[in-house]
Amino acid sequence: MSHRGAASGAPVREFHMEIFGVPSALLGSQLLVGLINGSFYAILSLGLAIIFGLLNIINFAHGAQYMMGAFVAWIALTKFGINYWVSLLLAPIVVGALGVVIERTMLRRLYKLDHLYGLLLTFGLALIFEGIFRDQYGISGQSYEVPELLQGGVNLGFMFLPIYRAWIVVAALTVCFGTWFMIEKTKLGSYLRAGTENPQMVQALGINVPLLITFTYGYGVALAAFAGVLAAPVYQVNPLMGSNLIIVVFAVVVIGGMGSIMGSIVTGLGLGLIEGLTRVFYPEGSAVVVFIIMVIVLLVRPAGLFGKT
Amino acid sequence: MNNNSMFARATPYLFGALFVIGLIAPFAVYPTFLMKILCFGLFACAFNLLLGFAGLLSFGHAAFLGTAGYVCGMLVRDVGVTPEIGIIGGTVVAGLLGWVFGVLAIRRTGIYFAMITLALSQMVYFLVLQVKATGGEDGLQGVPRGNLFGIIDLSNNISMYYLVFAVFCIGFFIIYRTINSPFGEILKAIRENEPRAISLGYDVAKFKLLAFIISASLAGMAGATKTLVFQLASLTDVHWHMSGEVVLMTLLGGLGTVLGPLIGAATVVSLQTQLADSVGSWVTVIMGVIFVLCVLLFRRGIVGELQALIQRAGIR
Amino acid sequence: MQNKKLTTLACAAAFAALSGAANAQISGDTVKVGVLTDLSGTYSDLAGAGAVLATQMAIDDFMAEAKPAFKVEMVSADHQNKADIASNKAREWFEREGVDVATELVTTSTALAVMKIAKEMNRVALMSGPASTPITNEQCNDVTVHYTYDTYALANGTARAVTKQGGDTWYFLTADYAFGQALERDSSAVVTANGGKVLGSVRHPFPASDFSSFLLQAQASGAKIIGLANAGADTTNAIKQAAEFGITPKQALAGLLMFISDVHSLGLKNTQGMYLTTGFYWDLNDDTRAWSKRFFEKQNRMPTMVQAGQYSSVLHYLRAVQAIGSDDSAKVMTQMKKTPINDFFAKDGQIREDGRMVHDMYLVQVKKPEESKYPWDYYHVRQVIPAAEAFQPLSESRCPLIKN
Repeated sequence: MSHRGAASGAPVREFHMEIFGVPSALLGSQLLVGLINGSFYAILSLGLAIIFGLLNIINFAHGAQYMMGAFVAWIALTKFGINYWVSLLLAPIVVGALGVVIERTMLRRLYKLDHLYGLLLTFGLALIFEGIFRDQYGISGQSYEVPELLQGGVNLGFMFLPIYRAWIVVAALTVCFGTWFMIEKTKLGSYLRAGTENPQMVQALGINVPLLITFTYGYGVALAAFAGVLAAPVYQVNPLMGSNLIIVVFAVVVIGGMGSIMGSIVTGLGLGLIEGLTRVFYPEGSAVVVFIIMVIVLLVRPAGLFGKT
Repeated sequence: MNNNSMFARATPYLFGALFVIGLIAPFAVYPTFLMKILCFGLFACAFNLLLGFAGLLSFGHAAFLGTAGYVCGMLVRDVGVTPEIGIIGGTVVAGLLGWVFGVLAIRRTGIYFAMITLALSQMVYFLVLQVKATGGEDGLQGVPRGNLFGIIDLSNNISMYYLVFAVFCIGFFIIYRTINSPFGEILKAIRENEPRAISLGYDVAKFKLLAFIISASLAGMAGATKTLVFQLASLTDVHWHMSGEVVLMTLLGGLGTVLGPLIGAATVVSLQTQLADSVGSWVTVIMGVIFVLCVLLFRRGIVGELQALIQRAGIR
Repeated sequence: MQNKKLTTLACAAAFAALSGAANAQISGDTVKVGVLTDLSGTYSDLAGAGAVLATQMAIDDFMAEAKPAFKVEMVSADHQNKADIASNKAREWFEREGVDVATELVTTSTALAVMKIAKEMNRVALMSGPASTPITNEQCNDVTVHYTYDTYALANGTARAVTKQGGDTWYFLTADYAFGQALERDSSAVVTANGGKVLGSVRHPFPASDFSSFLLQAQASGAKIIGLANAGADTTNAIKQAAEFGITPKQALAGLLMFISDVHSLGLKNTQGMYLTTGFYWDLNDDTRAWSKRFFEKQNRMPTMVQAGQYSSVLHYLRAVQAIGSDDSAKVMTQMKKTPINDFFAKDGQIREDGRMVHDMYLVQVKKPEESKYPWDYYHVRQVIPAAEAFQPLSESRCPLIKN
């Protein structure tokens, strides 16, 4: 610990090494922050990829559903006193159930049409959800306290790591790899993969494909809501919190290629890290770096890093 | 076939009537409102050329509308050129940007195409936000309307209206000619069955790119004109919500119909104007509901449904 | 429908003809006040519906006190913080609806757009919400009043107080657009002038939700003070996340533009000890408490400085119209500038030639949770900054109307 004391406001610094003129402490901590952002990208792009795999639509409402996850947690806490840990399960169920309703009543009618209609429908839904929450709760954002168990932080030497941020990474990665395991290694997953390849064949084998589709959409939406609950204590719970994030996630999806589950997870994390690096070397560029990478990937490998051509 | 030729025969009369209405409208209706409709109408028509006739859903058309608006504003305000040069300048830059977008986006189709255009336009948004010359969050303000050809004073709303009307007619004519040319036929063939068009020996990528550039240029023309009308260019014009709005206008009016986008633009603009005061933030919700209803129930849009209605009546 | 539009047009023409007559007359025997504000966006809590309410209160109080021979009407609209919407609405109000004065106009971009149109159409613009100094400098005109506060006054209050109390090294976290940059520039000047040092700044995109990486950069700078040159949700998010990363209380934050609504939504726990500059606090004296209580009864929130300033500015305008019996912009402006403002909001407030209304500002410090005795008991008033010192002196003005 440095002993310059609090009065001088000296930051926590152990290492004084520099890499390319940047203190290694700053580099390390920014990469860690990048990893945290990457966790959100990963879990959201994973949800998009799962939905896309079976339904062949891009769920434009994904950002709104992420926002709704955060709001469900917030409403549960302030109105009913339901704590964070319950919300972590409750919000995905509630929002996922809404997703099931949407799939049953609306998306289902569009499967025979051009897939673009799915995109347009979910765009409309996103507008509706955002508008309703905006009207009800205003836009300046609601606070959600970090749960007691995860308050405070640890001094890693090169940075002060809030325990809650570490929890985000752990929780997001657990869910991501759990999902990957379920799809790649279980029987349900094998139906799902088969349904992606050849729905008629799977149906002929006596598996209820429409139910499988409904379940998949609900699960993808639930993932978004789960991410929303994770995000609630870090960012203000805000009706527009999803709409800015979702465009970046779209770019992540284009870069990754949506071909593989693992691909979307890895791409999400990787881009988070790259964004973190950009923030060290050229902060103004951090908003566009993902898009620039997307352009490069498109030029070199149009199908995306993990895409099947 | 029969009905199509019926439409073909009626078309010149319809256009003539609309033209006359367009000429006298500013004396009956608030001109600024009309100019807004015409600008968005042209924007939607340009967008429709791509989606309705080439089957390409661009979710980034705001980039062209907005960039051209900024270019035109800077030319007129900071360089001091006359308004018509400003509009041409904006249109050309939008076309060039369209070329860049097009080259990147047509590498993929369908949903990927939509997402790529969306991401690219978001990048343009951030650039506009950060470049000093655009005024960032404040927008490019205080753009003078100037004198057309150095002679006609455009600060008068009526003269400004006729310029906008003329721009709209030019743009509309270009789109109409494009659709009804051999080039337009090839676009439709690509939309219906791309592999077949390829096997027939067409360089599909080249046609798509050309369509994209034309559409981007005309969207830019609308944006440049809009900047002159409202005397400012702002981030709203480059934001992805604007890209969504033009999809809504086109979808509501009638995808792939000639007049649909104009009708759609007029409806959306009127709704927004009427609703803004009475329902406040519910405007977004209402737009969303219209979107959903269009996709689920009225995929042909207003004009498409009307045509179908007339067709059915004709058969009977 | 068409007929209705024709009638409206005819009315508009009639209004135009009447105001063209320009004698000591009130066009249409009605003074129409337009409130153009953010009813749904980031700033709706600090302006928004509360500003509309404040306007209505001003009109009601005026009608009761003056019993004028003319009618006063209010229209309001949501500009969504977008210059284009504000500009269209103002144009429509002036051209078609005979609105005499456009008011509130939170967000610099909307303010700049509307003041240009007001000038073009010769109407008055009263600005209570926007912050940037260009309104009374490079962009100034003779139909605009910048009423409540500006970035200079904020920087001058907060940055000076903090620097003088030993916070002499600064690092800025700046929203990357004109307003943030103006705030950073004004504050840096104040810090340097008071013997402090600016170690650097980082620009964040607007709006941003995750500030952790920017905060870490500020942390690495080792500055004692991290100046937040942003507003609304950006400020509140940055404050929350600074606490999370253990940056506060090791380094202190200075919110350069904060409203009581921000303190309310963040809670005292997150904001205690912060200095901020405000043009109004509800709990200053009996007058402010009396008015704020009336406001609270209707809005269920205490007024922000923007809402209080809105009331004061509208009342001052209406009194000027009453005094000269005309709503002609030039005459009303002359009358407004020559009359000092005395109400619960300002004592001996004065509108200068550049359109700047100068009045006392207050440097306040946010209370600790245990010091707060009753709801909305949030501030210690540490210093009253007299009007003469609070704002940019005319000698430094870059306004073309001022002949230096």
